[in-house]
Amino acid sequence: MEYDVIIIGGGVTGAAIARELSRYSLKTALLEKEEELAFGVSKSNSGIVHPGTQNPADSLKGKLCVRGNFLMRKIAKELGVDFKEVGELVVIFDMADMPALVRMKEEAEKLGVPALQIVDRSWLDRNEPNMGPEVVAALYAPTAGIVSPYRLVYDMSENAARNGVEIHTSSRVTEIKRTDGICRFEVHTAARDVYKTRFVVNAAGLYADEISAMVGLDYFKITPRKGEEFLLDKKRENITNHLVFPLPTATSKGTLVIKTSDGNPMIGPTAHDVDSRDDLSTSEEGLKTVVSFVKKMVPSINENDIIAYFSGLRPVSGKDFIIKHEDSVPGFVNVAGIQSPGLTSAPAIGEYVTELLSRNGLVLTEKKDFHRYREATTHLFAVPLAKTKGLIEKDPAYGDIVCRCEMVSAKEIREAIRRGARTLDGIKFRTRAQAGRCHGGFCTSRIIKIMHEELGLPFEAVSKRGRGSELIKGRTK
Amino acid sequence: MIQRDLIVVGGGPAGMAAALAAAENGVKDILLIERDQYLGGILNQCIHPGFGLHQFKEELTGPEYAARFMEKVKARREIEVSLRSFVVRLTRDRVLTYLKPGALEEVRAKAVIMATGCRERTREMIHIPGNRPAGVFPAGLAQKLINMDGLLPGKEVVIVGSGDIGLIMARRMTLEGAKVKAVLEIQKKTTGLTRNVVQCLEDYGIPLMLRHKVARINGKNRVESVDVIKVDDNYNEIPGSGFNIPCDTVLTSVGLIPENELIEQAGAEIDRRSNAPVSAELNKTSIPGIFVCGNSFKVYDLVDWVTRDSLTAGKLAAEYLGKI
Repeated sequence: MEYDVIIIGGGVTGAAIARELSRYSLKTALLEKEEELAFGVSKSNSGIVHPGTQNPADSLKGKLCVRGNFLMRKIAKELGVDFKEVGELVVIFDMADMPALVRMKEEAEKLGVPALQIVDRSWLDRNEPNMGPEVVAALYAPTAGIVSPYRLVYDMSENAARNGVEIHTSSRVTEIKRTDGICRFEVHTAARDVYKTRFVVNAAGLYADEISAMVGLDYFKITPRKGEEFLLDKKRENITNHLVFPLPTATSKGTLVIKTSDGNPMIGPTAHDVDSRDDLSTSEEGLKTVVSFVKKMVPSINENDIIAYFSGLRPVSGKDFIIKHEDSVPGFVNVAGIQSPGLTSAPAIGEYVTELLSRNGLVLTEKKDFHRYREATTHLFAVPLAKTKGLIEKDPAYGDIVCRCEMVSAKEIREAIRRGARTLDGIKFRTRAQAGRCHGGFCTSRIIKIMHEELGLPFEAVSKRGRGSELIKGRTK
Repeated sequence: MIQRDLIVVGGGPAGMAAALAAAENGVKDILLIERDQYLGGILNQCIHPGFGLHQFKEELTGPEYAARFMEKVKARREIEVSLRSFVVRLTRDRVLTYLKPGALEEVRAKAVIMATGCRERTREMIHIPGNRPAGVFPAGLAQKLINMDGLLPGKEVVIVGSGDIGLIMARRMTLEGAKVKAVLEIQKKTTGLTRNVVQCLEDYGIPLMLRHKVARINGKNRVESVDVIKVDDNYNEIPGSGFNIPCDTVLTSVGLIPENELIEQAGAEIDRRSNAPVSAELNKTSIPGIFVCGNSFKVYDLVDWVTRDSLTAGKLAAEYLGKI
């Protein structure tokens, strides 16, 4: 099979590029090594849509972040993504830090970040009542928002697929051969599939350096930078009204109090470089560091409210994103080092990469029958009870609750499977079933049965996140 | 809006006893709401014996114990049972909203008894560091998979915490052919009943390691091993005492938490540490007319005590409704 573009990597970056390319009459495929999309870097993303206050004005990060923040609203409307503009506060504890805060504001204004405002303690008392007494002032950026990182990936990729992009999961790229002819590359996968293509877009996250090296480009290296995050019970949803940041340090934006579109506040992340690309372990120190730090900003945060924790790896390579057409390997585009603000930038990266491809010979013809809109996925937890009533009356399965902590119905779980969920984590990311305070203690058994029914999977083949992570070891005597 | 004299939320041992006691004390119009497709609650998955020694002076299995109450509930015309019904909201003035396949119902009750039981503390709540592979189960989930679904979740097992469910599951998994390598307890003594330590561990030669904790869970996709370390009286790790146990499964049995999110939503005062209602008296909450009984009021060791105190709750509700 011959393709115009092969996108390697099914995280938020790859999905955004796929969706953008799906506007045009092209033969495009996205290859993801995991069993489902968003199972790599994106699954641990904090879901913050940054306003663009934290990057130098002359950086790619800065420009794409501000543009991405703008485009995210459009994408949210078109694809039914649950974007909420909650605003953010970058707080300081000492007036001596005021010049740094002012600098941050000026830098962001150069990039065109709108409506920034330095706010004093009395403003904070009115608008963020749980703020710690040591906070003296803050930079308020009203255009910051939140989305669900994995649902964003699924919504964009579903729409891309609807518009003709092939999505191949469990397709780890093992080799890229350069060939003569119109197709300049042969992309080989571990499943022994071969994709002949004119262009390759490398959006492989933590493995972008390995993919790039396959065509002889090894000028950058990805260093995983680990971040541990801790989720609080949904009951504490309103512990803050805004995203709350400290002043950033050289390596990270610091430890934050994050609102999430699922309702659970999140605290974190830590930031330290690690060697392994699959070291997703969490630690006792990580927890202590995060809790003690965020308590300074919001003292009422309580360790007992933590219901879950996880860690993610940021794919770091230098200070800025690497997004370029590699002139020495015509047709090959690297999209690497997409760490924060990668999620925010993703829609803008989609545009930027499309333009790079066009400038390098990809002919873009807009489709007449492009499906711009996608019907929003229904989540009972997100709709008022009056609407739930109507849903249940139309489809009784909405009244069959499977996950009690997060109020997820059998209908939503079956829908998630029909939309591509193949694993328990895939169902969790799409629906929130198993993500609440009991952590699947009550609903896992039922979900396994639904997966068995919908997918025809033997019980022993139901897995947490793909091959090797099966839950059931056999039958009872 | 439909009006009811009494709504009991939860059809496990607590809810059934409370509804029965209310009926016996003159309440005529009782709605018993259960989210599962049958009454009995967690007792249905407790197929081991040891229930009823106090209440019935004989030893029953969980389903047998539940069946005695189910029959009585069925025989009571005052009690209407709504199965597969899931309460999503409770207000201070006792309006309940619940979902069931095909309908969302809103009902106002003169009195409410919450018998919503408890949930297991999770691995996340005790902060076990390390990876997050498949194969880490709350002991109660493992019990459900084995006893209700016929599915064996693991072959080589380490149990973290010596709560009763963990002890029961050590025996249960052994009987199913799994190898239970150790039960680890961070404290100086077990939190489970002595009879369970004897009958579930000692009789099967399963080591109980007191003052030991899991320092780390290892394994990328599925559990491969746990790092274990000894702790001192203040739960600090003793340097050099660490060792590794290869296993494919970790069961956690580290305590139970009363489920009181609905009354919290209604505005009742909740103890942040125990998640139980703050109450001066048994089965009462800070909201008049809303009662709590069984494990959602307080986590009991024995179902017999759940029954005893839930009978009181039914009577209290009858009193509140002016029937006594």
